[in-house]
Amino acid sequence: MALSGLDIYKLLPKTNCRECGFPTCLAFAMQLAKKAAAVDKCPYVTEEAKAALESAGRPPVRLVSIGSGERKLDIGNETVMFRHEEKFRNPCGIGFIIDDGMADPEIKKTLRRIHELTFERVGQKLSVDLIAIRQNSDKKRFCDVVKMVSGNTACGLVLMTGDKEALQDALELTKGRKPLVYRLTAENVSSLVETVKRYRVPVVAASVTLDGLSVLTAELDKQGITEIVLDTGMKPLVEKIWDMTQIRRLALKKSARSLGYPALAVIDKTDRFEECMEAATYILKYGGIVLLKGTEIWQALSLLTLRQNIYSDPQKPLQIEPKIYPVGAVTDSSPALVTTNFSLSYYTVLSEVEASKVPAYILSVDTEGMSVLTAWAAEKFTPAQISASMKKSGLENMVAHRNLIIPGYVAVISGELEDASGWKITVGPKEASGIPSFLKNLYNKPEFVNS
Amino acid sequence: MAIGMLQEKWPGKVNETVIGADKSRGGTRSNVVKTGGEASLPFLFHEGVFPHKPVIAFEIWDTAPADWPDELNKSLSGVYNDPLAWADKCINEYKAELLCVKLQGAHPDFGNRSADAEAKFISRLLKKVSVPLVITGCGDDAKDNQVIPACCEAAKGERCLFGDAVQDNYKTLAAAVSADGHSIIAESPIDINIAKQLNILISDMGLPVERIVMNPTIGAMGYGLEYAYSIMERARLAALSGDKMMASPFICFVGQETWKAKEARVSAVEFPSWGPETERGIIWEAMTAAALLQAGADILVMRHPKAVEKVRGYIDELMRGNTP
Repeated sequence: MALSGLDIYKLLPKTNCRECGFPTCLAFAMQLAKKAAAVDKCPYVTEEAKAALESAGRPPVRLVSIGSGERKLDIGNETVMFRHEEKFRNPCGIGFIIDDGMADPEIKKTLRRIHELTFERVGQKLSVDLIAIRQNSDKKRFCDVVKMVSGNTACGLVLMTGDKEALQDALELTKGRKPLVYRLTAENVSSLVETVKRYRVPVVAASVTLDGLSVLTAELDKQGITEIVLDTGMKPLVEKIWDMTQIRRLALKKSARSLGYPALAVIDKTDRFEECMEAATYILKYGGIVLLKGTEIWQALSLLTLRQNIYSDPQKPLQIEPKIYPVGAVTDSSPALVTTNFSLSYYTVLSEVEASKVPAYILSVDTEGMSVLTAWAAEKFTPAQISASMKKSGLENMVAHRNLIIPGYVAVISGELEDASGWKITVGPKEASGIPSFLKNLYNKPEFVNS
Repeated sequence: MAIGMLQEKWPGKVNETVIGADKSRGGTRSNVVKTGGEASLPFLFHEGVFPHKPVIAFEIWDTAPADWPDELNKSLSGVYNDPLAWADKCINEYKAELLCVKLQGAHPDFGNRSADAEAKFISRLLKKVSVPLVITGCGDDAKDNQVIPACCEAAKGERCLFGDAVQDNYKTLAAAVSADGHSIIAESPIDINIAKQLNILISDMGLPVERIVMNPTIGAMGYGLEYAYSIMERARLAALSGDKMMASPFICFVGQETWKAKEARVSAVEFPSWGPETERGIIWEAMTAAALLQAGADILVMRHPKAVEKVRGYIDELMRGNTP
């Protein structure tokens, strides 16, 4: 949170001693707010004021980057408790744990599965982010698995080991990949910190209490390690929600620098549904990373979809360009359907038109990203606007007929739209899922397209 | 320096609504469902009381649903043609503590059953089962205005939860619900202002605000879930800040929305990259429910027995942390 000149003024001695080179403390404060002067120009400023100014200058939740290249994962930099206050910024990373005790063929199979976990929804490509290798065997085995995994994936890596030598070798093997080191604790920090510093990699700081975490991150900060992810360990779901909420709250509302980092949760459940629902909980409640074991398609599809929903910008619904989209091998007798330019509306209609295998035109009307019913209620999907959009898009030059299919939910506008456009209006199904059978039946009626 | 926790203390709390009347309350239900009453954001038990666990109502219809996907049919199609058996199955096999019966058969396009027939059906259902009931109309305003009052009368004294009242159609429902001692579902189209307005209009008719439950209208995951999620968070923050007219418990029709979603419906044959459809449909319903619970949902109306089982487990796991 940036401080105003007046906020800063309150932190200064207010003696107008001029030693900073400015005529008054207020003038100095104004320059500080503009970042045109440095606070150490004031010889009398308190440590407390200095700390407040410094923490005001950096984001309340630090940005942490894991991995490199196009699969680089950025987390943190969050500014709100509730998405309606602005938006959640950097989507929670989703990763899978591979235990080094697994046999090689099984690991390779798991990797292949993980790489298949990419989907396209409403025009966005969704994919999982991280692969975590957990040490459960000796150093050699761990490093062999790290080598195998890193050689076979572009995903970001998490190295889960507390063994100094294993970590050292694994970091050497993954140089340039910027893996996340899991994890530093009060007990092992002195033994691991030099290694971590040498490779300049992000680390997980872990403690079961927030006090413990706070002490640990302050220590790491002093050592120059700033890319930190917080972990409060395995706990019952509710305690984890509490920890995650407190971390976010303290960082945002109390400017607690020592907790101003993204948080991570490792899920340890064997039931795939329960595992998935717990992961969903942390996506909703302030998680920066969730790591799980299950790699079922339905798990990834549901978690990625939820993440896409929650991290969408509430002020800017996903929109597509308002124009005519031909679907399939269209001719001038193909039917024409109209919907809004809200991505979800359009892509839902698109996928059903594709499923029908009936080539068709979809006209997307500019409703500023509102869905059919919302747009209709807000007068963005009126007969006048639809007919204007038909003209502007040149629909009449693409089809020889003069028939337009409208969503069933706005059946009420059909009369007026006929008058406004001069086209014959057919009321389509209310739900997009009805489109395939609707279009197939339509196609069986040649009089529709030829009239 | 120790980090102090930052605890929110709220002046307001969610209204408490009771569904069902047992003998002591003048009805014949074996149990009652208490919902609402929270004085904290979801599951932050350190910050305020959370007196009742969220409850799941099994959705049943008075008529066989024509377009439910195979995944639901597998478990339920055997009882589609006999709503009493369907109710029985939910209670005995799936341990339902609350049922939500949708009077779809009254719809002019789906059977056009008379108000009288539906009232008789409700009487039979109340005799057959002893759990409390949520009863919703067919969605055709004119027809619901005949059917719901008749059913209110048939269920007099049983303190059912009837719905849905909407901004353009609430008077008949509210009057009937009020007269026969029931509670009402006030439905708003993902719009916090309309939600509040409707609560005010209904309470102005003399129905105590404790007898209103809000249906914020939800979308399934991938289909507008986030809009409902944020509307619910905003409404709940207003309730906790002391706005009584925003403080109704939420009912969310999770099953109805989820099973429209393509991800819950299409088979792996049609969509190989989405994998097996069985778990996919179940997780879609269960995760939509979980997300809404985290936004403050009090009553979830659901369809798939396995999804219900998983969400029930999730609720129990959360509520285990509710120790004062």
